[in-house]
Amino acid sequence: MSIFHPKGNWYRPPTGTERLWVGLALAWCLVMSITMPWWHFQGKQNAPQTTYEVDPSAFIQRVNQFVETNRVGEMNNVPIVEPEPGGDAYLLGQMWQWYPVLKLKKDQTYRIHVSSADLQHGLSILPINMNIHVLPGYDYVMEITPTTAGEFSLICNEFCGIGHHRMTGKIIVEET
Amino acid sequence: MSTETVKAAAHRVCETTGLSIFLKAQFFVKINAVLAVIFLLVGGIAALLLALTRWSNVMLLNDIWYYRMITLHGVNMLVFWIIFFEMAILYFASTTLLNTKMFSKKLAHVSLALMVAGAVVTNYIILKGQADVMLTSYPPLEAHPLFYLGIILFAVGALLVAFNFFATLYIAKKNKTYEGSMPLVTFGAATAAIIAVVALLHGAAALVPTFFWSMGWMEMMDPGVYRLLWWGLGHHSQQINVAAMVSVWYFVATMSTGAKPLNETVCRGAFILYILFINLAAAHHLLVDPGLSSEWKIWNTSYAMYLAVLASMIHGYTVPASMEVAMRRKGYNKGIFGWFAKLPWKDPGFSAVALSAIIFGFIGGITGVTLGTEQINIMAHNTLRIPGHFHATVVGGTTLAFMGLCYYLVPLIFQKDFYMKKLARIQPWLFGGGIVLMSFGMSFAGTYGVPRRTYDSDFGGAILETGFDPIAHIFLGLLGVGGVIAFVGLLLFLVLIVSAVFFGPSIKGQKMPTWQTDREQKMTDDLISKGYEEEGKDYHIKTPGTIALVLIFLLSFAIYYFANWAALADLWHIR
Repeated sequence: MSIFHPKGNWYRPPTGTERLWVGLALAWCLVMSITMPWWHFQGKQNAPQTTYEVDPSAFIQRVNQFVETNRVGEMNNVPIVEPEPGGDAYLLGQMWQWYPVLKLKKDQTYRIHVSSADLQHGLSILPINMNIHVLPGYDYVMEITPTTAGEFSLICNEFCGIGHHRMTGKIIVEET
Repeated sequence: MSTETVKAAAHRVCETTGLSIFLKAQFFVKINAVLAVIFLLVGGIAALLLALTRWSNVMLLNDIWYYRMITLHGVNMLVFWIIFFEMAILYFASTTLLNTKMFSKKLAHVSLALMVAGAVVTNYIILKGQADVMLTSYPPLEAHPLFYLGIILFAVGALLVAFNFFATLYIAKKNKTYEGSMPLVTFGAATAAIIAVVALLHGAAALVPTFFWSMGWMEMMDPGVYRLLWWGLGHHSQQINVAAMVSVWYFVATMSTGAKPLNETVCRGAFILYILFINLAAAHHLLVDPGLSSEWKIWNTSYAMYLAVLASMIHGYTVPASMEVAMRRKGYNKGIFGWFAKLPWKDPGFSAVALSAIIFGFIGGITGVTLGTEQINIMAHNTLRIPGHFHATVVGGTTLAFMGLCYYLVPLIFQKDFYMKKLARIQPWLFGGGIVLMSFGMSFAGTYGVPRRTYDSDFGGAILETGFDPIAHIFLGLLGVGGVIAFVGLLLFLVLIVSAVFFGPSIKGQKMPTWQTDREQKMTDDLISKGYEEEGKDYHIKTPGTIALVLIFLLSFAIYYFANWAALADLWHIR
């Protein structure tokens, strides 16, 4: 009885179907444990690892410089910026937009530095649904290779004040 | 015994179980349960408003009140309702089940006062509009100092209750009020209390400096460090809930079917796994955070964490298996599932707990482990998939189990009977069904990337326009409908409980009225009072029905898990 104290020595290993289940459950846990490190080496989608410490004002400066050098157009008054394939790109989360619009080439790899000018933000790339957390003071480097072309939306999925649900951005991916 | 007369005034003997109920402790069980239910109502009203706002064709609230209500909902449900109720469980499990008085009534009063003050202050400042920061209050987002102070006061109160609990265990052992080991339910409650101490210490480390910062006495804590510490509170709290919920499963399984744990070693071992290995699981909130290495993330979510998953998978077997053995012993031996059909489904306490176990395992557990996988989290972080998961664990699982316990708490502790028993029988189905629909709506909308904690899923007024597939909006509608159904189930629960506790017929001096036929109740009583003839002996357990159920579970788990890996392979390459 679970509400009364057990009588006598209750220690005994599991038997019968109970032992079978404990074994199966443990085996399943091991399968899941191995899958993650296996994917880390073999898979193409892993959480980015590279992070640099950065002062928000210094990061904003780098973003502005990046925009000045690589600007190729404008979308609703937001600059469109095309980084060199294989090169660095910058994306700033701020209340309440993702800045600037990035123009990338399909199947090219970019190092996109993401950080925040103010609060915590959540970078969400739609409709493919990829999500990364963004913190002020942390320059998070995504080594990203777009494998599909088209216009992709960025939204914020971490609450960042009253304009949070108006915080958007764009990534344009061109066929090569 | 010379102390018999003194003791007689301090406790009463339960007519149903024969256990001693100590009147001082009974007061604290009652008051904590009543307070819990009050905050459940506050959180529930907020929940209804939120469901009717995320339902994109309704959008009831404006943006300010939407964010305010999420904060209110999170704080009242995840903190006040659930922890007040767990305090009631701690007082009950340490006194009645160990046949001892509580350690300190004064301390109990102090902790109660702190918790009530904390809850009132926090709710006041949220409703005043000075703490629209969500439950997590991630800096640099800043709330009024009273928000942090309220939660700190509440947490200190809860910590004192845990201390009172441990001291009660100690005096029970010292005074030899029971022989040998403590009952399994108390063991589970002790597990919850130990994890609670760890959780609350993390909470102090995150929130005390943040409170000082809001007062202007300190620099702001690093946002990344805050997240690590805060989730030491936030996720461990969920493990308090799981341990308390599983204890309730065992308690109600015994009371409603006469089930006995098949193997105390296995059940207790699984609880110990929770204590040892859950501490690392806070990491799965940080899987796509900057500043942490992949090694750290993978280690903290898999090798060690999956032993806590193992623990839940073990309880998910032992609870139904113990019921199967009890039912077969009563003669329900037909086929593999004959015993299952004959379970006391008419007892709302039982059906709530059965649904709790099913929803927790099949929806909450499977999604939780999968979304908490480092790489898969890329497709889930901060989307509606996350609340879709945790409403299945903490609401469909824990809250529903606690509701089930209330169907026993009211007759056994408040000594009152229910009105409207037919409605009581459907209440768990209504609430559980609503939560399942809502959870499905959230999870599927989340697979389209619909974010959590976001007022407008159409991003109206944004500089760069965007929006979602119309199917995502259908799932948001499902979220709304499920939320409304669950709210009706919640309201029905409150009406049933309040009408019984305050106006219900007294059943003092009587046995708890049965929800089953007299014949079935007698068989259950016999199992509870006489126990099992094999007690203490080794015997092979045959539970074909339960093993079939858990194999279906394992298959569902594997399909969902690998389907998510397959979906992940379609994303852009990222590292």
